[in-house]
Amino acid sequence: MDLFEYQARDLFAKHGVPVLDGEVIDTPEAAAAVTERLGGRAVVKAQVKVGGRGKAGGVKLAADPADAVEKARAILGMDIKGHTVHKVMLAQTADIKEEYYVSFLLDRTNRTFLAMASVQGGVEIEVVAEENPEALAKIAVDAVEGVTPAKAAEIVAAAKFPAEIADQVAEVLQKLWVVFVKEDALLVEVNPLVKTGEGKIVALDGKVSLDENADFRQPEHEALEDKAAANPLEAKAKEKGLNYVKLEGEVGIIGNGAGLVMSTLDVVAYAGENHGGVKPANFLDIGGGASAEVMANGLEIILGDPDVKSVFVNVFGGITACDAVANGIVQALELLSSKGEAVTKPLVVRLDGNNAELGRKILTDANHPLVQQVDTMDGAADKAAELAAAK
Amino acid sequence: MAIFLTKDSKVIVQGMTGSEGMKHTRRMLASGTDIVGGVNPRKAGTKVDVDGTEVPVFGTVKEAIEATGADVSVIFVPPAFTKAAVIEAIDAEIPLAVVITEGVPVHDTANFWAYNNQKGNKTRIVGPNCPGLISPGQSNAGIIPADITKAGRIGLVSKSGTLTYQMMYELSDIGFSSAVGIGGDPVIGTTHIDALQAFQDDPDTDIIVMIGEIGGDAEERAAAYIKEHITKPVVGYVAGFTAPEGKTMGHAGAIVSGSSGTAQAKKEALEAAGVKVGKTPSETARLARQLIG
Repeated sequence: MDLFEYQARDLFAKHGVPVLDGEVIDTPEAAAAVTERLGGRAVVKAQVKVGGRGKAGGVKLAADPADAVEKARAILGMDIKGHTVHKVMLAQTADIKEEYYVSFLLDRTNRTFLAMASVQGGVEIEVVAEENPEALAKIAVDAVEGVTPAKAAEIVAAAKFPAEIADQVAEVLQKLWVVFVKEDALLVEVNPLVKTGEGKIVALDGKVSLDENADFRQPEHEALEDKAAANPLEAKAKEKGLNYVKLEGEVGIIGNGAGLVMSTLDVVAYAGENHGGVKPANFLDIGGGASAEVMANGLEIILGDPDVKSVFVNVFGGITACDAVANGIVQALELLSSKGEAVTKPLVVRLDGNNAELGRKILTDANHPLVQQVDTMDGAADKAAELAAAK
Repeated sequence: MAIFLTKDSKVIVQGMTGSEGMKHTRRMLASGTDIVGGVNPRKAGTKVDVDGTEVPVFGTVKEAIEATGADVSVIFVPPAFTKAAVIEAIDAEIPLAVVITEGVPVHDTANFWAYNNQKGNKTRIVGPNCPGLISPGQSNAGIIPADITKAGRIGLVSKSGTLTYQMMYELSDIGFSSAVGIGGDPVIGTTHIDALQAFQDDPDTDIIVMIGEIGGDAEERAAAYIKEHITKPVVGYVAGFTAPEGKTMGHAGAIVSGSSGTAQAKKEALEAAGVKVGKTPSETARLARQLIG
């Protein structure tokens, strides 16, 4: 989960990383009092989870409280690369002398953590990495050892930070590492980390991405979720504990196992090439133990998606037996119609593996007018695409 | 032969007495796995009757190894306790630890991986978030259904559980030497490369099927390894061509970040290394069938 800048700033402050005073607001009028409190001037910054907001006009300097209201009014509601600005952060102004870059992240390739640091901050770090790779120091951090004072000094030296601020930067790095570990982050990035006119080191802007697998020990992270921005179908699926991602196509997909479902999306997209370019409408993994209830929940979400024209249920019975899945489908359809939800979209079902024969027989006997079975994954994908295209 | 797991493997189960642990201990036993014990400090010294087989419960992995000569541990403990369980297995120097648990925080995995390195890599870790591995007809360490297929001459390595089952099913008449589910997390122990290397060295494996998915660069690195070191034919499949950027597709590791980790890039890298890549699982199975002749 990626955080907004103001949330990253809060986490930095919580663990002692130096930040500027600031406050997040969602109405222009609120800007006046906040700016007053911040000393009469403020930087008004759009809160969006996308880079390049400065160039897009999402960051403006306000000279006084009235100006801050105007600037906030201009920025709130702005569209930045498809993201609408709902909140702005007002921050203290800073006398910036130099801009640096520091981050910690997961290095999947080497199965370790990585520190990156550069004295060329304030610009997109990808650009520095591309155009001036020797200006970006990359130092592996052992997950067990962590960022010791010696490791922090190594990073500072590798990035060639000026001697007069070396100790301060090393200190910030150790605190930032605490943020990374204590908050179960996948990324903590400060860009820019600045040196002020008084020679102080301050984190001016930051990015944090959190590991949702750690939610069980991070009870405070739930409040950081941007529930308003979630797709309503995705939000509903999440409530029901389903692994669902909304996509832009017409063929609803239900399957078991992340790999098989991803594969199903691909196979449907290929099949769609022969049927007017229809595409998969979603990713939905109902997992190993596909009970009738889970199947019903899944079907309800997919049938409730107005974009869906046909549904493809693709199950390989590994641990789950196909007869249980078939019963799940039959009961799910009954459950939905008993709730008064008319099922009008055709379902193509492919069952293979454990007890497939039995499962197929259950569906044949149920003889639901909208359910048809196809024996192979490729064949079923083709049928589902054809039905979606015909609607 | 087979890789990593053979008929001589002596298997213990950490978290055996939990509901998942018990269900799968039963299945592993039924498929002929030599289960020699379970580990649960609170039930040490007791015995559990699993469908007529008495399985002793030990307090620690170390005690289980000393008493039984166990050389494989299958780990079913919940995410909050997985790191401690794996570290215990590493400390006991068990040769193979199979971590089935899904939802382990990546900091925990990075930690036990670093710890294993510090201790000299005496333990091969498979997973987390994986179905485990099976050498059909010999042993089964994890949750892969044993009745899909029989022993044969195909080696399979996969990030995905259900695609492993699907592939074993499509090629069930030919059979497999071993199938290794390495898991879908961003950080995993055993990689495609480790399995490729072992299959290359395994006299009972004639061809290798490799299944990948979006996220990271494991497939690209495997492709480079294949080009340099693998002389046996390799058939590949990659899932996730239609996955949008920045969305996690079920597996914690299955995410396209910017332009990296795409299925297209992985497919191209594999093809450049001479691997035949199927467009669908069925086509991949057909390619494997042609190669085995």
